This record gives sequence, C-alpha cells and structure tokens, in this order.
Amino acid sequence: MNKVIITVVGKDTVGIIAKVCTYLAESHINILDISQTIVQEYFNMMMIVDANKADKDISQIITDLDKIGEDIGVVIKCQREEIFDKMHRI
Amino acid sequence: MINIYEVNETNAMIDKENLDVRTITMGISLLDCADENLEKVKENIYNKITTKAKDLVSTGKAIEKEFGIPIVNKRISITPIALVGQAACHTPDDYVEIAKVLDKAAHEVGVNFIGGYSAIVSKGMTPSDELLIRSIPKALASTELICSSVNVGSTKTGINMDAVRLIGDIIKETAMLTKDNDSLGCAKFVALCNAPDDNPFMAGAFHGVSEADTIINVGVSGPGVVKYALSNLHNANFEELCETIKKTAFKITRVGQLVAQEASKRLGVPFGIIDLSLAPTPAVGDSVAEILEEIGLERAGAPGTTAALALLNDQVKKGGVMASSYVGGLSGAFIPVSEDQGMIDAVKEGSLTIEKLEAMTCVCSVGLDMIAIPGDTSAETIAGIIADEAAIGMVNQKTTAVRVIPAYGKKAGDVVEFGGLLGYAPVMPVNTFDCSTFVNRGGRIPAPIHSFKN
Repeated sequence: MNKVIITVVGKDTVGIIAKVCTYLAESHINILDISQTIVQEYFNMMMIVDANKADKDISQIITDLDKIGEDIGVVIKCQREEIFDKMHRI
Repeated sequence: MINIYEVNETNAMIDKENLDVRTITMGISLLDCADENLEKVKENIYNKITTKAKDLVSTGKAIEKEFGIPIVNKRISITPIALVGQAACHTPDDYVEIAKVLDKAAHEVGVNFIGGYSAIVSKGMTPSDELLIRSIPKALASTELICSSVNVGSTKTGINMDAVRLIGDIIKETAMLTKDNDSLGCAKFVALCNAPDDNPFMAGAFHGVSEADTIINVGVSGPGVVKYALSNLHNANFEELCETIKKTAFKITRVGQLVAQEASKRLGVPFGIIDLSLAPTPAVGDSVAEILEEIGLERAGAPGTTAALALLNDQVKKGGVMASSYVGGLSGAFIPVSEDQGMIDAVKEGSLTIEKLEAMTCVCSVGLDMIAIPGDTSAETIAGIIADEAAIGMVNQKTTAVRVIPAYGKKAGDVVEFGGLLGYAPVMPVNTFDCSTFVNRGGRIPAPIHSFKN
C-alpha cells in the first residue's frame, strides 16, 4: 500500500471536498479515511488515501493538488504517510 | 492510523516552527584518486565527484517534495585533501589547483558546499599537510563552495601547537585576501580538536579514512520546534522541562532518520549517521539562544546559561539517540553567533562575551563558532584562542572548534555581513593581553593522563 496524507487548510467554502475527491477519483486514488475539523474558523481536512493504483506518480499528484488548492483559495498539501508515522509512532 | 491532530502537529512544526533537515551530506572517499601527476589527480577527483554525486541534489529535492519537509542543503564531504594530493602537490599553489577543481565539481553537481579541503595534524604535520594549510587562504579566496578544516589536536594525541600557531597566520591571511567580502573566507574555515570522521555540517565536514567509499550522513535541525514546545512551560519544573525537550528531539530526529534512509535507498549509498544537532539559522524563531530564554534566562550569556545549555544539549541527545539507528557527527546544540538572531541580540546588548561563549562550549557542540573579532587581532592571539578551545576538547574528550573572523579593517562594535545562512555578526572585543611567548614555544602539548585507558 502506498499511503499518502492529503491536508486541506483554508477558509471554508462550497465544494472543497468535491473538487479534491473528483481529482482523486479521476486519478484512481482510493480514499481510506477522511476527518475534518474547523480550527479558528478555518476549514481543516485530512484524508488518508492509497495511491497504489494511481495513474500518475506522486510528484505529479502533489503538483496537481497544489494547483487545485490555488484555484479554490485553500492550501492543499500532499505528503507520504511515513513522515507522520515515523514522528508519532515508535 | 495517523490522526488529524498528529498531522497538524507535524505540519505546524514545518510551516511555523522552521523544522527542516539541515543537510544531506554525501561522503565520498577520494583516496583512489591519488596519483603522482597533478593533472591526473584533478581529473580523477572531478570524475569521481561528478559520478558519485550526480543524483544527490535531484534526489534531495524529490524527497523534499514527497514528504513535504524542507531539506535546506545538499552537500559533499571528501577525504582530507592533504592525503589525496600528497604525491602530486609540491607547492601550496598545486593544492589551490585542486581546490579549483573541487569547486568546479561542486558547481557541476549543484551542491551548496563541499567540505574536506582539510588536513588532520593532531600530532604532527607531513610536508603535504603543511603545504595544504599554507594554501588555505588562496584556496578560499579563489573558490566559492569549498570549506576547509584542520584538526589540530585530540584527546589521544594532545595538541599540535606548531599547527595551532601556523593557523593563527592562516586565518589572518584569509581575512586579508577576502577583505572585500567582510573577510568571508574565514567563515569557511574551522580549526578542530577531536574532529569526527562523519560530520555532515560545514565548515568542519570531511570524509574520514575510517569511512566506506561513499556514505550518506544527515544533519537535522529544529531549534524553533524546541522553543515552541517550551513556550507553554514557564512554570514547569526541570523534570517536565527535560521530558518535553527529549520528546521533541525524538520527533525531530525521526524526520532526519526517515530522510537519511530514503536518500540512502534511492541513491544506493549506505546510510552513515544522523547528526543530532540543534542548528540555528538567522531566521527569527530558529534560534538556540531563544530556547535558553524560554528555559528562563533574560538573555543568552546571563548567569545560568552554561547550566541551561548543558541541560538542553543532554536532553537533545537522550531524545535523539532512540530515534535513530546510528548517531554520530557533532551531535549537540550549536552556538554560532552570526547564524543565531538571539545570540546576535545578546552580544549587542552586552550579555554575551567571548569568555562566556568559551565556557558554553564545554557543554555543547561545537566551539567558538562564527564569531567576528577585530581585524587587528594578532595571529598569536588567534592561536591562543584556538589553543584554549582545543584544550577544552582534549581534556573533556569532546569535539571543539574555532571559526573566528578577524574582520579586516573592523573594530569591536562594527557589524560584518556574510549573507544567507551565515548571517551577520557584531564584532566582539577580544582580550588584548599578549600570549605570543606561549604560542611560539613550538612542539606539542602532550595528551592528558585520562587518555591512557589501556
């Protein structure tokens, strides 16, 4: 499994999840988990996805999501899961 | 499974608290580049570096992007050049030729620095070592990316005072030759005692003879993360304080371990060590001095500073050691003055002096680092400063170093500008009483009694 963490932070607006999910579906990326909170009026979402069957390499996915974030005015980060796993699990 | 709070914590460290991997340093042995013919040596060195390190920068950038963690520097460390050039170099200028080739190779592969224009002379100097040392001013003045170091002593050998005295002159000459850039050349030279073979940090990085052909060493950073973690603990006791530093150091180091393993795998080069260091930058909030302030000092340099730094350094190691499979290099909190805004402020306000910095070097890594001193400081006085630091390293079985910049034409209170990660520094006054009779005696200081462990 090639797990990737996607985080979206920004001002809440209509269709953020829809836009991200559409891109993921088109790229054959499977969503494993979604959680969401509002921190200080900011929309804050995290997705754990499996990019194993993705039709693009991770570098391309990062660039594309960054662009989608720019278009809707939020910050979308896409990072391989290991950085979080290493830091928070022994 | 990872939760949103953990993800947010990590990303806040990166986005707001300046967490980064300070350097991926590829160590490359140049021992097999030696030859009697200088042209051949130059060709061998250029070919080996540009072959082994050709993917270093692109790999670093890919890791940076995929994990979302900045990797500030990609560097190379090489076998001390005095060993590689000894059959071919007959004058200091021959060594300068090699320096230029190293600089060209470093530019070709796109690294930020190449370290190892060095000699290891802790007990004695070969003619080759001496030629290399004498070539340092010209080499640093005529190249851009080269870092140079000389190991002048060790716990096992004592201190080579002939080398220490010579380096006093070399530092002065380097300052003069690079006077148009605030004597910047001196920022790329360090005199060490007990230099480690696997240090990824500049200016003291070199690839020791105990190392494999190529190796990946990683230096982590993160003073800002520690500072932030302590910002809510003003009323905590030492137990809670130390636990917090330890846990934070663990998290920081794990990122370094991940990057090192990933770089090692992708480049097909063995993983050497993680250097567990708190390395500050001139950015506000990325400062070791500010951690000391969070621990409870008005300014770095106030009474209590040495104790606070000792505590910090020890907890960083305790937290970091478990986070990494191999730890090495310098491993500790760095206290470079010009690269740390909190230190600069402390000097400007009169809280921090060279003498206090010297005391601080007894309990952390590495030494009197990036300190601008008056341009008229004599070579003998600089040699005396190096001897003092080397003695601290020798007796305490630790690495110590001196990287001072006798800024040409500047006096105490002036400011020198180096730019970028090297920052800027107020010129600090130096004790002007004379030590020339001491440093001119010649020979070496014997190894201390506790080095005889057999």
